[in-house]
Amino acid sequence: MSPARAAGHDGHDHDRSGEREQQREREHAQEHRPGREPDGPAGEGTDGDVLVRVRGLKVHFPIKRGIVLDRTVGHVYAVDGIDMDIPRGRTYGLVGESGCGKSTFGRALLRLEELTEGSVVFDGVDVASLKGEELRRRRQDMQMIFQDPLGSLDPRQTIESLLLEGMSAHGLTKGQDTRTRLRELMAAVGLPTAALRKYPHEFSGGQRQRIGIARALSVNPKLIVADEPVSALDVSVQAQVVNLLEDLQDELGLTYLVVAHDLAVVRHISDVIGVMYLGSLVEEADADSLYEAPLHPYTRALMSAVPVPDPEVEDVREQILLSGDLPSPAAPPSGCRFHTRCPWRQETRCDDERPELRVVDVTGRSVAGDADPTRRGGPGASSHRVACHWVEEIAAGTITPRRRAASDAEPETIGRTGDNPPGRSADSGA
Amino acid sequence: MSTAASPPDRRHPTAPADGPAVHDPAAAGRSDATGPLLSVRNLTVRFRRQGEEDFVAVDDVSFDVRAGQTVGLVGESGCGKSVTSLAIMGLLPKRGNTVTGRVDFEGIDLLSLSPRQLRDRRGRDIAMIFQDPLSSLNPVVPIGVQVSEVIERHVGLSRAKARPQARELLSKVGIPDPDRRLSEYPHQLSGGMRQRALIAMALACRPRLLIADEPTTALDVTIQAQILALLKELVQDSGTALVMITHDLGVVAGLCDRVNVLYGGRIVERADRHELFATPRHPYTNGLLASIPRLDAPRGQRLSPVPGSVADNIPWDHACAFAPRCDRPVAACREVTPELVTDEAAPSAPGGLPRALRCHHPVEPGQESR
Repeated sequence: MSPARAAGHDGHDHDRSGEREQQREREHAQEHRPGREPDGPAGEGTDGDVLVRVRGLKVHFPIKRGIVLDRTVGHVYAVDGIDMDIPRGRTYGLVGESGCGKSTFGRALLRLEELTEGSVVFDGVDVASLKGEELRRRRQDMQMIFQDPLGSLDPRQTIESLLLEGMSAHGLTKGQDTRTRLRELMAAVGLPTAALRKYPHEFSGGQRQRIGIARALSVNPKLIVADEPVSALDVSVQAQVVNLLEDLQDELGLTYLVVAHDLAVVRHISDVIGVMYLGSLVEEADADSLYEAPLHPYTRALMSAVPVPDPEVEDVREQILLSGDLPSPAAPPSGCRFHTRCPWRQETRCDDERPELRVVDVTGRSVAGDADPTRRGGPGASSHRVACHWVEEIAAGTITPRRRAASDAEPETIGRTGDNPPGRSADSGA
Repeated sequence: MSTAASPPDRRHPTAPADGPAVHDPAAAGRSDATGPLLSVRNLTVRFRRQGEEDFVAVDDVSFDVRAGQTVGLVGESGCGKSVTSLAIMGLLPKRGNTVTGRVDFEGIDLLSLSPRQLRDRRGRDIAMIFQDPLSSLNPVVPIGVQVSEVIERHVGLSRAKARPQARELLSKVGIPDPDRRLSEYPHQLSGGMRQRALIAMALACRPRLLIADEPTTALDVTIQAQILALLKELVQDSGTALVMITHDLGVVAGLCDRVNVLYGGRIVERADRHELFATPRHPYTNGLLASIPRLDAPRGQRLSPVPGSVADNIPWDHACAFAPRCDRPVAACREVTPELVTDEAAPSAPGGLPRALRCHHPVEPGQESR
């Protein structure tokens, strides 16, 4: 079956894939990461080791009313002005709560959503302006891993035909090395070759996610956008997939954009982390400094909300409880989008002036994380960027969060998780 | 038909065999003062399958919950934790399954009650919170009516009189502007708010036992923190006993006094939370703890996953179901079913309850993976 398929697709793809092979060889020759070639149209004064450069990206979805007239009555500002550099060969982790636009951003990078505004420069080419066949070809370099492994695999196709579909679309299925390639792919993701003849329902969740990864890898992409790659999996299996992603990156020099809500997972696999809130980045730093010194109030609250599987830590953990829910992205708050929930909100600026993402160097902050910027993942990584008017004051402690009002369920609460009266935890032994 | 065929080999015919394991002696010793509020004994749920042997979802599970105590049931999907809670509440479908064992709530076996008697208790003495708040709420009935319905049913108040109480409840669980929310429908509320409404319904009659089945799994972490803080407050303020069913070890670490780890339908390890996390003895518990990335651990460490998946389980009949995935199997693991043995010799913390373990070759203290 596959030779037939391959033959059918042989024709016009032939020269192109030859070109690709050459390119791949060239990249291999460059030993470590192919990353020295200058990219980005202007270079912009950075060291050029950026695979994806995003500037002013906006994705707005129109809200339509009416059957005949189809009027647009408003917009959902899913992604509202994001600048981002994804360093080549590294992992960029994008975190945020549901509805913050992180998945839309990931999809927009691959042009799976129409961009409202802004540019996405992928390896020197502005993807935002590509159309038709050109765009389709570019997609070979950008693949995606989805959250729901079963939902993203056609139940009526065998794994072999699932994998071949993408490969043949990009002209990679000719000659006898297709079978070898398939076997390689299965080996790379840790599945037996026999799995090729099976159907998606015959696998467990973790295995299905491996198939999703194999499918993404089948066309030799440079960038993989992984949208919640492990959140549908059991805890014990999550680690297997996380390790697999890390191994593949080391082996193939892939660049990842990992979109997830689980901070611990993101921190584990990412080199650079961006925190998103209501369509924009509120903080960006390399993984270690972000954890050591989260500066934006939202990041602080987010980090403090993650439970740690260790009772000793849990008993003394400081927790910042945010009030309420994420405001609707169709009517985002004015000024700083976080001001409606921010425990540190001030009378001035917060309500009416939208803070920009700016480089912040808070004195007294450990700069150990910046010592070796090359290891940390290039541009943007060594700088800690925060979108908050008062970040310096908050870090210095001159602005303090509002405390919880005694009885009612009023907003911002600062409490310790271990606020147990002594009797309770000792209760079992009392 | 098929039920008659299979039980003898699966169940332990002789109760004394697992006597010490099943009966928590420390709890029993204490029972003169405050007996367990809920005492589950040898609970077994088997689902009938056409043309196949029964599937034993919950296999000989026993545990106690005392007033004011939070007990965790932890495990991955398919380990039987949710079925356990449904069986306790009598919410499993009447057909297609058999439930055996005892579920004593204040001395009365819930499994022996008629559906009518059970209805009187459910919602009044025992309440449950489910994972998905949207599908647990009636989409075409306003929140206020749904909350006051519980009060009407169990306290016998009229709707007009129940409404102020419903309002009270909503504000107690932290829903802002409760007056407006009372007349809104579930779809108008956010996920966190729906879960709060569900908790308000569960609390309407001040139940003595609350069973929460993955109450925060569908929620964002900041909302999860709010809900967990709320649950914790409730347990402290009202002395409600809480059975927390979750897969998230972080949630367990912060909330549960006592933790039962389930695997393949059986409890494989039981301990107070501090002991469990400090010295996990069962290889599965140990593997789980080693496989989750921690936000506060140094980066760059490789995770050590538990190999394989639940699909690799083997039946408990003459083996340990976890053996195929275990990193320290011995020959006995594939030949003899391990029993849940209470470790009297090593009482956990001073005054703590002894821990129990079902393993032939447990992890020795000091050998933990992390």
